[in-house]
Amino acid sequence: MSGYLGSYATLGLLIVVGALVFVGAFSANRLLSPSAPNPAPDKYRNYECGLDPVGGDWAQAQIRYYLYAFLYVLFAVESVFLFPWAVIYDRPEFGASAVVEMGIFVAVLALGLLYAWRKRVLRWT
Amino acid sequence: MTIAQDALQLPHLNYGALAPMLILFGAAAVGVLIEAFVPRRSRYALQLVLGLGALVAALIVVITESGTRELTAGAAIALDGPALFLQGSLAALGIVALLLIAERTLEPGGPFVAAAAVTAGTEEDRTQAAREDAGTEVYPLLLFALGGMMLFVSANDLLTMFVALEVFSLPLYLMCGLARRRRLLSQESAMKYFLLGSFASAFFLFGIAMLYGFSGQISFAGIHSAIQTSTQSTTLLYIGLALVALGLLFKAAAAPFHVWIPDVYQGAPTPITAFMSACTKVAAFGALIRVLYVAFQGTDWDFRPVIGAIAVLTMLVGSILSVTQTDIKRLLAYSSIANAGYILVGVLGLSKDGLSSTLFYLVTYGFTVIAAFGVVTLVRDADGEATHLSRWAGLGRRSPLYAGLFTFLMLAFAGIPLTSGFTGKFAVFAAAIGGGQSWLVVFGVVSSMILAFPYLRVVVMMWLSEPGESTPTVSIPGALTSATLAIGGLATLVLGVVPAPLLDLTNHAAQFIR
Repeated sequence: MSGYLGSYATLGLLIVVGALVFVGAFSANRLLSPSAPNPAPDKYRNYECGLDPVGGDWAQAQIRYYLYAFLYVLFAVESVFLFPWAVIYDRPEFGASAVVEMGIFVAVLALGLLYAWRKRVLRWT
Repeated sequence: MTIAQDALQLPHLNYGALAPMLILFGAAAVGVLIEAFVPRRSRYALQLVLGLGALVAALIVVITESGTRELTAGAAIALDGPALFLQGSLAALGIVALLLIAERTLEPGGPFVAAAAVTAGTEEDRTQAAREDAGTEVYPLLLFALGGMMLFVSANDLLTMFVALEVFSLPLYLMCGLARRRRLLSQESAMKYFLLGSFASAFFLFGIAMLYGFSGQISFAGIHSAIQTSTQSTTLLYIGLALVALGLLFKAAAAPFHVWIPDVYQGAPTPITAFMSACTKVAAFGALIRVLYVAFQGTDWDFRPVIGAIAVLTMLVGSILSVTQTDIKRLLAYSSIANAGYILVGVLGLSKDGLSSTLFYLVTYGFTVIAAFGVVTLVRDADGEATHLSRWAGLGRRSPLYAGLFTFLMLAFAGIPLTSGFTGKFAVFAAAIGGGQSWLVVFGVVSSMILAFPYLRVVVMMWLSEPGESTPTVSIPGALTSATLAIGGLATLVLGVVPAPLLDLTNHAAQFIR
């Protein structure tokens, strides 16, 4: 239980226990369940919290939702770097150069947004 | 806050030496602005001038900085001999590939689709294929890719290398899907490349995690010193090395990670295929030699047999499967796989000669392969390029000049003396023998003999068959393609006849810093 890999022993134990619980639950299920399940067609319907299911279970996601992903990546990446930068930019040895560098970084990200805007990607049609 | 005041230091940046990459990324950003704000009509000329200007400027800066040997940006980037040499090669090959990409006289509007988002095969798609000029997004994408490749070959730690890998991979995936004709095939190739490339990137990243687990460092110097001094189990080290090498060998098209190559090379627009086969190879091998020579120096007893086996497999798979090909683009794709094997042989010399011969081979192969794909863009009928080999029968009668050029390039691939292919192969095999790896050379020579057969079959077909009804015409190339063919053909000839200046240059450059 020492050394680099030894520190993973707890994690390995957790994985083993998890696998045992999983296998145990499914084996118990198999042992306890009737061998011939209810043949009624409703047995294979989708389960929607007790309501009557509406529509099939193969729904297509609208491609235009990619816009959310696009904007999320843009602004999440920006803030990931802006927060640590905000803590240190006013220290004496950083100063103007840090501000300029962050300006360039934000400008590059803004460039992507600008391009998307000009290509009419941001319009919800 | 508890951050130690003196723990944070701005890293020193040598802007002069970083300038080639900064120029390319800056020009790419300007290219995006041009796409966004300049009217459609004037974009093509502007983008072409901007792209060529940026690449020439980057090449000039690399040449003026050729004496630089230093680590910069907090030791994240190493600007040493191999890095600068490869950056210069990338800029030079990029210029030649850009000329091929920008050609618009062979096909009205150029080889790229006008709006890639239009569904293939619809009425709208037919209209745009017939009427509209090609989109110009490919130019900023090309500059981003080249900038990423330059960063890739000079990265001095694994994370910088990973970022650079993504920076040049993502534009490549997109560019593969931009063909004007056979769009479904092109989109399929882009999708395939994207999915397999993502897996390779994930393996690479996982390998970085393993190496960090072993050494507690991500810099190559740190990993190297951990290999020398660490007392803990080397399991993580070997898993990490295997996964990182897998990611790089995937990009370099080594067997058994080569399965994407034929489909992607066939489906992608031919100028993009030319660009990939030349520049991606330079970038991937540039990174591979840095990882093996800088970070893993001293473990060569462990990785040499494995990578040697991969090299043998790559050479054999590439050469044997290229015999059975009936499509010229697929044939060149398998030939590119076999060539990856030859370059690996040079890499495994694991000496100064190994390094310099690898650098030499990458440049000679790049120029030859771009010119070969340039000829492929010329052989066309009403449906676009006629790539099936049977259609090339009798081409020598129709167009002796281009058939002659292609014959010369095929002979260079086959490694006939007085071509750069011979000098390159000689250099890598000599380096491998010098490194005590004669068994690799035996396989190299055998596979070269196998590989000569498909090349010579094309030559025989072009010259000794009668032109049939279906033999397509050879289009008269525009100025840009002519320039590509001239540069590629001349480089193949000159580097075969007087290789000494470039060999001296690679010898001079072949010294990593750590």
